[in-house]
Amino acid sequence: MRKLITRLIPRDPGRSFVIGVPYLWLILFFLVPFLIVLKISMSEMQVGVPPFKPLFGWADDFLSVRIYLGNLFSLFDVANDNLYAVTYLSSLKYAAFTTLLCLFIGFPFAYFLARSRPTIRPVLMMLVMLPFWTSFLLRVYAWKGILANHGVLNNLMIWLGVIDEPVRMLHTPFSLMIGMVYGYLPFMVLPLYANLVKLDVRFLEAAADLGATPWKAFWLITVPLSKSGIVAGSMLVFIPCVGEFVIPDLLGGPETLMIGRVLWDELFSNNDWPRAAAVAVVTILLIIVPLAIFNKYQAEQQGGGRT
Amino acid sequence: MKLFSFRALADVALGAALALCAGAAVAQEEPKVLNVYNWSDYISEDTIKNFEKETGIKVRYDNFDSNEILHAKLVAGKTGYDIVVPSSNWAKIQMDGGLFRKLDKSQLPNWSNLDPETLKLLAKLDPGNEYLVDWLWGFTTVGINVDKVKAALGNTPMPENAWDLVFKPEYMSKLKSCGVSFLDSATDIFPAALQYVGKPAFSKVQSDYQEAFRLVSAIRPYVTLFSSSGYINDMANGSMCVALGWSGDINIARQRAIDAKNGNKIEALIPKSGAVLFFDTMAIPADAPHPKNAHAWINYVMRPEVHAALTNKVFYANPNAASMKFVKKEVAENPTVFLKPEDKKKMVAPEAVNSDVRRTLTRLYTTFKTGL
Repeated sequence: MRKLITRLIPRDPGRSFVIGVPYLWLILFFLVPFLIVLKISMSEMQVGVPPFKPLFGWADDFLSVRIYLGNLFSLFDVANDNLYAVTYLSSLKYAAFTTLLCLFIGFPFAYFLARSRPTIRPVLMMLVMLPFWTSFLLRVYAWKGILANHGVLNNLMIWLGVIDEPVRMLHTPFSLMIGMVYGYLPFMVLPLYANLVKLDVRFLEAAADLGATPWKAFWLITVPLSKSGIVAGSMLVFIPCVGEFVIPDLLGGPETLMIGRVLWDELFSNNDWPRAAAVAVVTILLIIVPLAIFNKYQAEQQGGGRT
Repeated sequence: MKLFSFRALADVALGAALALCAGAAVAQEEPKVLNVYNWSDYISEDTIKNFEKETGIKVRYDNFDSNEILHAKLVAGKTGYDIVVPSSNWAKIQMDGGLFRKLDKSQLPNWSNLDPETLKLLAKLDPGNEYLVDWLWGFTTVGINVDKVKAALGNTPMPENAWDLVFKPEYMSKLKSCGVSFLDSATDIFPAALQYVGKPAFSKVQSDYQEAFRLVSAIRPYVTLFSSSGYINDMANGSMCVALGWSGDINIARQRAIDAKNGNKIEALIPKSGAVLFFDTMAIPADAPHPKNAHAWINYVMRPEVHAALTNKVFYANPNAASMKFVKKEVAENPTVFLKPEDKKKMVAPEAVNSDVRRTLTRLYTTFKTGL
């Protein structure tokens, strides 16, 4: 009994308060909204306000619960309609490509930043952050102006004589990837930079002394040591990319259907909130489950289950 | 399309706050504010300015470009808007859902200016004209850049029926080179396609939709853009030569091309086999925070010179019989703005469809657009 009390009342209330704040934050702004969405996804559609039927009823002292799983099931009913499965896969595909490209471009970027003279670093950092000062939407629209048939890029290439007539770039997978990589690159660069700047250069010196080529030293020392930065950056890019709606809608074409658009259609065109909620729930699960497995694997690898 | 609107958010907050204290403040005078949610490119420059000057009511004016967006906001409730402008067939669903407030005609003395014929057409969806006042009306049709289409078609003559241009592969395959834009919404494309294949434009029969779908799938490879608002500029600057769009929008593009003196001759066509009409109607949401101001607005719009100014600016017909003497001559004579009786006879009035049909529509449209 005493043990239980001491366990319930922490010895150091300040410590648990500090830990409690982020927990409370997550519960309030992630778990509760998720549960609301989950609840809507299990209700039935109706015409009216709200556009779904209540899950719990109370009549004649009976508490009735009506849970409808049809919306969630229908997403997996590939034989009937594979739209959802195909768009989930295409979202994952575009998100994966974006992450890889961001890593490919962002790593040298961050490396250069981390190795530059400390006096000019703040300026370079500023240049990475500067685009954030302009509205994200405005920057995506700017790309429309650049990539359009009579846009800046096509006009320039025609003027240079590279091409005779405009190349169709806007509303293609190409313009989608440009927009996604451009939009999410800073999210890759910043964690990588934070990691690389702490890298002890003496490791590289030692490797050079022992006869390793810079290339070999890079693969054997820099990359393994920056793994946590790579993982953090990749997560920051991949996760929001899966559910991205704005960039595909403005820069993507009809062939770049992603799950964000399907969700939009359920909510707006069909006004089917439960189905839209089900799409959202599955999207979250699709991201969280691999993430949890990955975290567990990493924790095991580092031993003692501590990360 | 407006994706993030902090103003809208503020309006929602305001609406919620006002709803909370509404009980206590019934007797009090309404704040001098009016929140209007209307289609993009759909108003004259001085419409709001003059209203504000006259009444001292501050107007907050937000835009949407599809009925779907407006509908989603309305069913979520507490939009904070006092005036919304859905198309009549969507307004019907919203009326049935109890989302609108009945008009108080005693606050609308200008009602007598309205054209009885339009009122009768609207009464089919809104019996007794209790909820809706037409803002403007038009029809979904085909717009062309005359010279570019001629050049693209080459030896092939222009078809007699304008719909053939966009629904027949032999024309579309040639027009692709100069750019073809379609409205980006299932609820605009399918009624037009259904009517073209000789089915009711707002059919309730699933197999009709399959037939319309087969028609549009055949021409899908030649559609180069899906757009419900951007196509106006694309037509005006010549980057698109054909648009399946709204009559007034095509006339706006025509005017912009004339103003820019870029040599593009844009023309809205009246299809021989007819087209689908739409009526965009003002309605007051049931939870509107300023219903009195909303009535003042509707009454103001129904003034002949105000309604005429709208038509003069955006080339959509108005329902205001008394306004005709204020409509510019070239607009009044444009047969694609105010339809001639024989053209009007061929047009189909909008109807509402149920949720199941909407789901079919959306799904077929996704397949049409993306191939999935």
